[in-house]
Amino acid sequence: MDIKVHVRESEDDAYVVELGGEIDVYTSPKVKDAITELIDQGHYNLVINLEKVRYIDSTGLGVLIGGLKRVREHGGTVNLVCTNPQIKKIFDITGLVKIFGIYDDEAGAKKALA
Amino acid sequence: MNQPEPSSEHLGTVELRIPSKPEWVAVARLAVAAIANRLPFSVEEIEDLKLAIAEACTIVIQQGGGSQAIDITCDASTSHLRVEVRDHRYRDRGESAKRPAVMAVEGEGLGIFLIQALMDDLEYSVDPQFGTELVMTKRVGA
Repeated sequence: MDIKVHVRESEDDAYVVELGGEIDVYTSPKVKDAITELIDQGHYNLVINLEKVRYIDSTGLGVLIGGLKRVREHGGTVNLVCTNPQIKKIFDITGLVKIFGIYDDEAGAKKALA
Repeated sequence: MNQPEPSSEHLGTVELRIPSKPEWVAVARLAVAAIANRLPFSVEEIEDLKLAIAEACTIVIQQGGGSQAIDITCDASTSHLRVEVRDHRYRDRGESAKRPAVMAVEGEGLGIFLIQALMDDLEYSVDPQFGTELVMTKRVGA
């Protein structure tokens, strides 16, 4: 079981959290820590790139929802990059497609933050 | 819960016990995927099963209660896969104990919702004293 978390600042003042692997009840705390740390540092416009995520469950979704709630309190937002059909399906089923901006590539997700 | 169709042939039963800890949920997920692969499920249906079983294990862990293990029983038939996920306390109470009425899982949130969306049938009960049980069925090609 693995999760890779890579945080980087993009040239347009957005922060990108690049995730890879599986986000489940075991690995989601690591994702939560990374997002919480960024928000605590005052970064409220985030792109979370799920392109390399093979699997996500409700605990992973909960972490993303928690992050979105927190940044919205500061006028920010979270946009997602997601191309995996199975993961897109989960966002569809849960209705989260209406809450998150979901984009096919990072450029689109960052552009929508502006 | 639906009964197996008359034309359905029982292929076998697989039982798995994992520690009731988050790091073991992936093992249950992959094991059930391997079992589902013996049936003519599509790749998408197997992905649905993996997520549903993981959600069930996560609910059992989150309900806690001091149980050390999760028991997973998979009944494979040509037409469907039936999976029971229960904590150890549930088995310990014995067959004679009356099953409690279905109770809402505290803070059930997305987990139960996802299982209901991904599986064809779901029954679950949560009892603070006797434990948690989820029984779900996925039919082939449904």
